[in-house]
Amino acid sequence: MKNSSMKRFCEIVPVMAGSALLFAAIVLNAQQAKPWEKIPVPKLHEFKPQEPKRIELKNGIVIFLQEDHELPFIAGSVLIPGGSRDEDPGKAGLIGLYGQSWRTSGTAKISGDQLDDLLEAKAAHIETAGDDDSTALSWDSLKGDADQVFSLALDLLLHPKFSAEKLELAQQQEATGIVRRNDDESQIADRESAKLVYGANSPYTRQPELATIGSVTIEDLMAWHDRTIGGKLIVGISGDFDPAAMEAKLRAAFEGLPQAKPEPKRHDEFGGPTPGLYFINKEDVNQSNVQIVGLGTDRRNPDVPALAVMNEILGGGFASRLFQKVRTELGLAYAVGGGISFAYDHPATFRVEVLTKSPSTVDATKAALGEIAGMTTRPFTQEELDRAKDNILNSFLFRYDTREKVLSERERLEFYGYPADYLETYEEALKKVTLDDLTAVSKKYIHPEKLALLVVGNGPEIKPGLDELKLGPAHPIDITIPMPARQAGGAGPAEKMQ
Amino acid sequence: MRNRKFSWLGMGLLAVLALAGAHAQDLKSFEQRITTKVLPNGLTLIVCERPEAPVFSYTTFVDAGDVNDPSGESGLAHMFEHLAFKGTSQIGTTDYADEKVALAKVEEANNAYEAEYLKPVGRDEKKLAELKKAFLDAQAEAHKYVVPNQFTDVAERNGAEGLNAETGLDSTMFFWSMPENRLELWAWLESSRLSDTVPREFYKERDVVVEERRMRTDSNPIGRLVEQFLATAYVAHNYGRSSIGWPSEVSQINATEAMEFHKKYYVGANIVVSVVGDVKASEAMPLLEKYFSKVQGGPKPEEMTTVEPKQFAEKTVTIREQTQPFYVEGYHRPNYRNPDDAVYDAISDIMSNGRVSRLYRSLVRDQQIAAEAQGFSPFPGDKYPGLFAFYAVPLPGHTPAEMREAIHKEIEKLKTTDVTDDELAMYKTRTRADLLRGLADNQGLSNDLAEYQTRYGDWRELFKQLERVDKVTKADIRRVASQVFVASNRTSAEIDTEAPTATAKKDGGAR
Repeated sequence: MKNSSMKRFCEIVPVMAGSALLFAAIVLNAQQAKPWEKIPVPKLHEFKPQEPKRIELKNGIVIFLQEDHELPFIAGSVLIPGGSRDEDPGKAGLIGLYGQSWRTSGTAKISGDQLDDLLEAKAAHIETAGDDDSTALSWDSLKGDADQVFSLALDLLLHPKFSAEKLELAQQQEATGIVRRNDDESQIADRESAKLVYGANSPYTRQPELATIGSVTIEDLMAWHDRTIGGKLIVGISGDFDPAAMEAKLRAAFEGLPQAKPEPKRHDEFGGPTPGLYFINKEDVNQSNVQIVGLGTDRRNPDVPALAVMNEILGGGFASRLFQKVRTELGLAYAVGGGISFAYDHPATFRVEVLTKSPSTVDATKAALGEIAGMTTRPFTQEELDRAKDNILNSFLFRYDTREKVLSERERLEFYGYPADYLETYEEALKKVTLDDLTAVSKKYIHPEKLALLVVGNGPEIKPGLDELKLGPAHPIDITIPMPARQAGGAGPAEKMQ
Repeated sequence: MRNRKFSWLGMGLLAVLALAGAHAQDLKSFEQRITTKVLPNGLTLIVCERPEAPVFSYTTFVDAGDVNDPSGESGLAHMFEHLAFKGTSQIGTTDYADEKVALAKVEEANNAYEAEYLKPVGRDEKKLAELKKAFLDAQAEAHKYVVPNQFTDVAERNGAEGLNAETGLDSTMFFWSMPENRLELWAWLESSRLSDTVPREFYKERDVVVEERRMRTDSNPIGRLVEQFLATAYVAHNYGRSSIGWPSEVSQINATEAMEFHKKYYVGANIVVSVVGDVKASEAMPLLEKYFSKVQGGPKPEEMTTVEPKQFAEKTVTIREQTQPFYVEGYHRPNYRNPDDAVYDAISDIMSNGRVSRLYRSLVRDQQIAAEAQGFSPFPGDKYPGLFAFYAVPLPGHTPAEMREAIHKEIEKLKTTDVTDDELAMYKTRTRADLLRGLADNQGLSNDLAEYQTRYGDWRELFKQLERVDKVTKADIRRVASQVFVASNRTSAEIDTEAPTATAKKDGGAR
């Protein structure tokens, strides 16, 4: 909106001034002076980000070394392929439990509790975590403690000893999250809208339930560990170390492991949402959370640079069409934005969200839908293109302004099998995006008729009602939390919850 | 623009920080890289050279927040923060001379409308409707001169990253990062908005802020609980007042009030601006001086006279609603300048930091009644006496009452038995390491330097606090715990889960 509205003001104001009002005899056709444009912008200081050293071992394991001597710390991580999308649906939540209890259990030599005492006394950390496509072990400490912390981390990586007690503790924590998952409106909206896009049983959105986490056993955790630890590990080390000595140490630790097995390829299907209007009633809020969602794309798609520029225009920043319209012009939202997102190895989502007071739900939703539809009907201007490219390219530097960011980027690219110079080629491609490219990608990817619209809000307060949107009947979504039969007669607060 | 509020991580900036002596990152190395200057208008500039990459971060730290909102105008400081993104007489307008006239009319129209609206008797609804229309028309008229979001647009087009602001109870911070070749452009933008704020699009932005309140407070169970908790804990001091603003007040703040707030609090003596990154003080300082000299001078605003009276009665708040149970309690404590400040930090650390902490081990690991349990302080602010708070998230089937009892047991232990040598040493080691870890981030360092310069009059306190940390003894912890953690000094708040009824209630929230 920024562009068109600015243009409108510049062109219309003189007419209005003459006919309607005021002492403004003549209002100039454009802003008189733009003092900021006179401020010199010197050439940026020469900068070549320091790339980490990549070492590929014969067994397929890859090591990255990123020296950084500013502070006396050393940090490391091991990224392990395989995550929650690969778990047994009947045991949904396994990876979450694994990520917690791997570390809290400890090893045959040292229990998790003992590890806590030892590490915290040194202000050091070793942690484990699970994600949708990977698990990870990471550590960090002062330089002086680095050898000891590394050997503890390695022990945990190769010789964990899962404990029933710690699994139970993790299950309790997960259960707490499950029974609380309908307390917060935005949590409901994010979760349920993703389910609309991928399907409720998709590996990317299926949710842990009390029954599925309850069925996870120690044997499951061990089996998961044994399988994934044989995968292609990516080891990254950063900080204040001597590179030759560090390389020797890591080779000694990882070279003896068996040949890494590739993670089996996934064959997921992504159909996108069933279009229409969906509604979840929550009567303890006075603001609606509106999610307009569809299927996104993945980063291998050559259209991504043009889509990134399109995103910036649709919902990227203060000058985006959504922000300008819904927040600045209409004052109907504090939080508004969105766009099409990109995952590395599967389609992400298209998502536009607006949070607005209950009575303005329909107005704000219409405004947001209007901006989405406008992406294919209201031509992009050169000014929008220039602004979006400036916004992205002038801050592109912040993707690699620290050595840590450079290292994480390289690990990520290695993990998903992208070329090491991905960021450079991406930046070059962004520079080349044209107005025609924008028109082409918006026609190709913006399909208002294929989107699902979810409103989480206070039904009785939403006036005018959602029928005013003329999107057909609102399909209610049941978010009741299933309670396992054995607890059904209990008096815990959990089963009173929606 | 984020309103910095319900930060459960009480170990915020005022967590005492200290220094490891062994490395290059000591006070001496910073003294060589940091230059400060106080301008004739009273504004303090800090430049810290850290040429790791061709970027810089800045922080404008204004020593005024929602605690300074005048009576009846809660939320004003935050509202003004939003206004500071709307441009100046030079940016964001097609013709300021005419816009100024139009804005004056908006204000007149608002005053007329409000006068009628607030009439206790004899309000004329027809007249009210007319006045409302006149108000909207005046806004539309003024809007014709607006170039929407031009201030942020110029910043973003020039590579601003992490552009935002936060209004807390004690202070307001503006910040972003940029490529180093935009230093002068940034200095122009930032000094302009501090010195030449225009009440542009004020009333629409007010709607945005009310929407922010709905998101953070009204529609969030913990948001609702915390607002009631603080309102109950304080009887006199503004820490007890909704910081985003009570609905009736924040929705009626006007632009004149916002500009008065600016005039009083946005004076040089009340502002510190810090820059950290690939900058040379010898080149940057003259540049900054040139631009930031534009900020208005004037005396440092007078300090608040209200001191929260000593609490003598225990207070509790119970919210019964259909959300899951939660428990929080707080005890009044002195502010950050109290000699025991580091003792409170030691207690937070020992009770709450990580899986070795007492509350984790007791409530989460051993008794298995909570998913999470921590103590933190100071809350909700540090400039004035705040609270030392504890909270716990019950596991399914467990109640706030059990949380309360278990927390009290742990607190009693602090009073009756010394903490161990290991616990005390751990606090000191971790504090030292945390300080060091924070030094590798331009924005974090910039925020810290500006805050310490404001709060202590010297950024060196960021490092010098080590001395206070090192002096904390086991006896200090027992003494402070015994003084502060007593029932008559306690306020607690909890959510008790209510079963859904056949006719679900429509109002929600605290009752």
